[in-house]
Amino acid sequence: MKSIGLLGASLLDWLEAVGRAGIFLVQSIFRLPVRFKESVNLLVKQLYSVGVLSLVIIIVSGAFIGMVLSLQGYSILAKFGSEEAVGQLLALSLLRELSPVVTALLFAGRAGSSLTAEIGLMKATEQLSSFEMMGVDPLRRVIAPRFIAGVICLPILSLIFSASGILGGHLVSVEWLGVYDGAFWSSMQQSVYFDTDILNGLIKALCFSVVVTWIAVYQGYECVPTSEGIGKATTRTVVLGSLAILALDFVLTAAMFGDF
Amino acid sequence: MRSKRSELMVGCFIVLGVAALVYLAVQVSGLAFSSKKDTYQVVARFDDIAGLTSRAKVSIAGVAVGNVESITFDKDLYMALVTMNIDSDVNNIPTDSSIAVLTSGLLGEKYLGISIGADDEMLKNGSEIYDTQSALVLETLISQFLFKGGDSEK
Amino acid sequence: MSVVDAYIKVQNVSFSRGERSIYENVSLTIPRGKITAVMGPSGTGKTTLLRLIAAQLAPDSGKILVDGQDVHALSRSELYKVRKKMGMLFQSGALFSDMTVAENIAFPMEEHTKYDAKKIADIVADKLYSVGLRGAVNLMPSELSGGMARRVALARAIALDPELVMYDEPFTGQDPISKGVLVKLIRQLNDSAHITSVLVSHDVEESLSIADHVCILAGGRVIAEGSADEIRASDDPEVKQFLNGEPDGPVPFHYPEEDVSGRVAL
Repeated sequence: MKSIGLLGASLLDWLEAVGRAGIFLVQSIFRLPVRFKESVNLLVKQLYSVGVLSLVIIIVSGAFIGMVLSLQGYSILAKFGSEEAVGQLLALSLLRELSPVVTALLFAGRAGSSLTAEIGLMKATEQLSSFEMMGVDPLRRVIAPRFIAGVICLPILSLIFSASGILGGHLVSVEWLGVYDGAFWSSMQQSVYFDTDILNGLIKALCFSVVVTWIAVYQGYECVPTSEGIGKATTRTVVLGSLAILALDFVLTAAMFGDF
Repeated sequence: MRSKRSELMVGCFIVLGVAALVYLAVQVSGLAFSSKKDTYQVVARFDDIAGLTSRAKVSIAGVAVGNVESITFDKDLYMALVTMNIDSDVNNIPTDSSIAVLTSGLLGEKYLGISIGADDEMLKNGSEIYDTQSALVLETLISQFLFKGGDSEK
Repeated sequence: MSVVDAYIKVQNVSFSRGERSIYENVSLTIPRGKITAVMGPSGTGKTTLLRLIAAQLAPDSGKILVDGQDVHALSRSELYKVRKKMGMLFQSGALFSDMTVAENIAFPMEEHTKYDAKKIADIVADKLYSVGLRGAVNLMPSELSGGMARRVALARAIALDPELVMYDEPFTGQDPISKGVLVKLIRQLNDSAHITSVLVSHDVEESLSIADHVCILAGGRVIAEGSADEIRASDDPEVKQFLNGEPDGPVPFHYPEEDVSGRVAL
C-alpha cells in the first residue's frame, strides 16, 4: 500500500515538473523581446555561440561517420558484388537516421551543456534576479533568444552533417576503394527522395532541436545556483537530452518510415 | 567590431546550411530544378513487374531516357499498367519496340529497358508498347530449370 | 524609534522556506530619505527581506507596503513599474557578463526610457563619474576588481534615478579602502539624490557609521530597531552579543542538536 502511495506521489511530482517545464517553454516562446533590432542582435549573438561554434565538431564528425559507413558498407556489399550500392547505403542511413540523431547528441553535449552552464552561472551570479529587479523579464531577455537560436541551429547543423558525411563517404568509396563515381551517385539518386528522406530527416532534426534546447535552458534556469548545482544541471542536460533524442527518434522513425 | 564579426560568421553559417540543403537535394536525391523537362507519356502492360517502383529509370541502350510515372493494376486484364515519361527529344522510338523489366546487377534496382523495333511509325504521347517482357522472377527461373532438367533425363 | 514618514512598511510578515521558518510575524519600517541598515547574523534571511520587498519572493502571510502600495497584490506589469523605482546592488554585483561596463549601465535606460543614444551615453558617463570609474567605460566585467565591479553595479542601480536603493551585503569581501569608498558613496548618493537606502549587512562598524536607522534581525524576528546611537546604547544581551562579536551568549555557539542520544548510539 505504502509503495503504491509512493509511486503515486513520485508520479505527481514528475507530472508537476513536466507541467512547470511546459509552462516555461510556452512563456519563453511567447515573450520574445519587444524591440525588433534588439531581438535580432540577441539572436545573432546566440546563433554565433550555439551554431557557428558547433560547426567544427559537426563537420569533422560527419566526415568521419561517412567514411566509416562507406568502409563498413563496402566490405559487406562487395561480397554480393554490388559495391555501387554503397552510395545508397551511405545516403539513406545518413539522411534518415544518423545525421539528425548524431547531430542532436553532439549538440546536446556541445551547445546544450554550455547553454545550461551559462544560464546557471547567470542565475548563480544573480544576473537573472538583476534583470527581474530592473523590470526586465529574464525569460524574454535571456531564455527566449537562446531557445530560438537552438531550435534554428540544429536542423542547419544536421544538413551540414549530412553533406559532410556524404563527401567523406565519397572520398573513401570512390577515391580510395575505387567504386565507380557515376554508379555511386546514381545509386544514391535513385533511392533517395527529397520529401521522404531529406525532409523527414529535417523534421526529425527540428523535433530534436526543440526538445534538447528546451531541456538545456530549463535545466539552467531551474538549477540550484551553486557550482555543484550547475555541474549537476549540466550533466542532467546531456543525460536527459540524449535519452529524449533516442526515445523520440524511435517514435518518429516508426511514424515516418514504419509503414513498409 | 566583435559583433560585426559574429554577424558575418552567422551569415556564413546560414549560407553553409542552405548550400548543404541544395547540395543534398540536387546531388544526393537527384531533385532536378528543371524537372519540368518536356516529356511525353507512354504506357505498357506487364504480366509481372516484380518490385519495379515509380521513378525507376527507363533506358534505351543503357542510357536513361525517362522514368516511371505510376504503376497501377489493370483490373480487366489482370496486368500491371505502367505509365512512363519519356524525354520528348527522344521522339524516334518505333511502335513495335519491346520493353522489359530489368535488374541492375544481381541485387540492384529494377528498371525498364526498351529494345528498338523496325516500324516506321514512332511512339507519341499516349501510345502503348505492346511487346512487353516481364521481370525475371528467381523462383520461376529455378522451377523452370528443374522442370527442364527432369525433361532431359527422360 | 518614532518614524514619521515610512517609505516601506513591513507588516506582520511570515516567511518560510520549505520546513524552515525564516520570519515569524516580522514588522519593521524603513523611513523615507534615510539610510536604514538591516543587520543580523548570517543565515537570518536578510537578503530574503530585500527579495520580499522587491516581490521576487512572496510572504506566507502579512503585507509589505512600498510607497503605500502592497507590492504582492500588484499585477505583473504594475510590479515591473514599481521595480523601476527600485535599484538593487546585489552581493556579487551581478553585472551582465556579456556586456561592457557602459552597456551594463545603459541597459536599464535602454529598456525603460526613450532617451537617444547621445543622452544615454551622457548619463552613463555621469553615473560612472559619480562612482569614480569614468576610465572604465569600455572594460568588460571580468576585467574589473571586486570593488570596482560593485561600484559599477552601483552606478547601474542608480541609472534610472530610483527612489529606493537596496544594498545586499555591499561590504562583504572588500578591502578596507573599498569599504571606505562604498560607505562614502552610499552616504553621498543618499544625501544628494534624496534616495531611500536599505542596507543589509553584518559588518557592524561600517553599517552603524552611515545608518540613520538600524534594525537587527535574529532568529526570525526583530530584536532591536532604532537609531545607530540607540542601538549602540542598547543593553539587550542579544544585541550586545552581535555588536561586540562575542562567541557565546543568547545566540548559542553550538548548533542545536535534535536528538543527542540517537547520535551517540550511532
